Amino acid sequence: MTSIDTRPAGVTGDRARPQNAARPGRRGGLLARARGGLPTLVFLAPMLIVFGVFSWLPIGRAVVMSFQRTNLVADPVFVGVANFQQVFADPQLWTAVQNTGYFALLALLFGYPIPLVAAVLMSEVRKMRGLFSALAYLPVVVPPVVAVLLWKLFYDAGEDGVFNTILGWAGLGPFAWLQDADIVMPSLVLEATWAAAGGTVIIYLAALTGVDPSLYEAAEIDGGGVWRKLWHITLPQIRGILLITFILQIIGTAQVFLEPFLFTDGGPANRTLTLLLLIYRYAFTNSLGGDYGAAAALSLMLAVVLTAFSVLYFRLTRSWSS
Amino acid sequence: MGSTGLKSAADRGLLAPTDWKRPSVRWSTRLAHGALLAGLAIAGLGPMLWLAKAAVTPTQDTLREPMALWPNGFDFANLAEAWTRVEIDKYFLNTIALAAGSWAVQLLVAATGGYALAILRPRIGKVISGAVLATLFVPSVVLLVPLYLTILDPPVVGTSMLNTFWAVWLPAGANAFNVLLMQRFFANLPREIFEAARVDGAGPYRVFWSIVLPMSRPIIGVVSVFAVIASWKDFLWPMLVLPDPELQPLSVRLPILQQFVELDVFLAALAISSLIPIALFLIFQRLFLNGASLGGAVKG
Repeated sequence: MTSIDTRPAGVTGDRARPQNAARPGRRGGLLARARGGLPTLVFLAPMLIVFGVFSWLPIGRAVVMSFQRTNLVADPVFVGVANFQQVFADPQLWTAVQNTGYFALLALLFGYPIPLVAAVLMSEVRKMRGLFSALAYLPVVVPPVVAVLLWKLFYDAGEDGVFNTILGWAGLGPFAWLQDADIVMPSLVLEATWAAAGGTVIIYLAALTGVDPSLYEAAEIDGGGVWRKLWHITLPQIRGILLITFILQIIGTAQVFLEPFLFTDGGPANRTLTLLLLIYRYAFTNSLGGDYGAAAALSLMLAVVLTAFSVLYFRLTRSWSS
Repeated sequence: MGSTGLKSAADRGLLAPTDWKRPSVRWSTRLAHGALLAGLAIAGLGPMLWLAKAAVTPTQDTLREPMALWPNGFDFANLAEAWTRVEIDKYFLNTIALAAGSWAVQLLVAATGGYALAILRPRIGKVISGAVLATLFVPSVVLLVPLYLTILDPPVVGTSMLNTFWAVWLPAGANAFNVLLMQRFFANLPREIFEAARVDGAGPYRVFWSIVLPMSRPIIGVVSVFAVIASWKDFLWPMLVLPDPELQPLSVRLPILQQFVELDVFLAALAISSLIPIALFLIFQRLFLNGASLGGAVKG
């Protein structure tokens, strides 16, 4: 579910949190009679049970499991840091780290500037802005599996493949999109960017419409040109959102699974083996039964690195973002 | 699209009426918009139009001339064959059942939880709120393995939930983003109404059912649309907890079908699988786009 595969919605909410947490306390309980009574418990119950069993407990269990040898038959045994040692000893780990980093880097190069440029342009559209938005967002609602399987056909290596046909008109190619070790990762990133960019465009567009027009007017009185307005007003005004989409994209791409799994299953020659794919293999495709301990250990390390990176990132950019 | 867009963005009047009056600005902006629209149409609509065409085109045509605008022949039987012989109907129903259940659980958890936290305000509300929000900061990869083991051996229930829809429905409910959205919306409802209702003798259940829920249609709509779409998109989790093909949704089944179904029928299956999400998007466009930007606003 959302909790596992993709959770674009809100891995972060850093700036939203303090305000929100502060609000309930301030205004005192309404329906004071019910405060803490049975009805409150009834209303809290679904959330407490579902979050308890399917979120809080598993998160705690993830930590414990990292230090255990678990198969489903015997009772779990504590093995200290053996799982971590095993993961670090696996030569595939470094391949996966490099590939994941490469994917994240390419995804930033492809996927970060394009939505921004598109959104800035779209914010100036006077008629039919809805059409622009709808077209941009359409790929986001296409089921990701359908998108990948469709693009897999587009990426057919033969001269009659869809992309090779199109490039053939310009005398280019044919390319072995998914078989050539040097271009397989850009191919995956291209599809992933196509699938995700629309969501970012809509977020930027909302931020852009929130920019106070009087700031532009002030700049015009001072004789600021379009470029200067863009650089000194537009971008600074939406920098909060820009900073957050950046870190969200890093967190998301560090956990990429669908594209490498369905396009190439990690190939050719492990060139698209990502960390999530490695975790998946540890846990679910091991012929000797799931190596849940190693999978949990690697998951935990990835999560710790991502969380530490996010905290550091928000520390470093704090003065700049508000 | 990228580089040309950037170049023309420079000449464009940035929300300034005086800029619009200059012909050079006006024309380059129009040019940029035209290029952007063409780019969006090709990138956004192109693949889906290709799929729509390929779904009713014989395999040989698609293979030999994939970019032909007009196929040599139409083969509408593809769609019927995908639906019946390949049993897309079954996987389609599974997908709908999974989406409906996930939707119901998410709405139940988020609405009741949000109501309790925002309006009933128990003493430990802050702690619970914090614990729910904290899950937003935990990268989802952490949950994969332990959640799978929880499904195999859930507390209290005692029997494995593997190969039951509950294994997808219940974890879907643990969505902190939904709770956050609901809680914020409820907290902004005018409190005088609740006071008045209370004076009239309405208890917390009555207030929830007759006042809060009817007033919360917009946010319920947003949460609903995202619940259904997210469920329709989901792949890894249902693949793990529903190994029985009889129970699998389209997303899990399609990659397997690809291996033993003719191309034209497979493409028809892909087209059928995209139909509901795209239709939902076209019908509830405003809800989708507002909701997507709402995500940004909450994050911001």
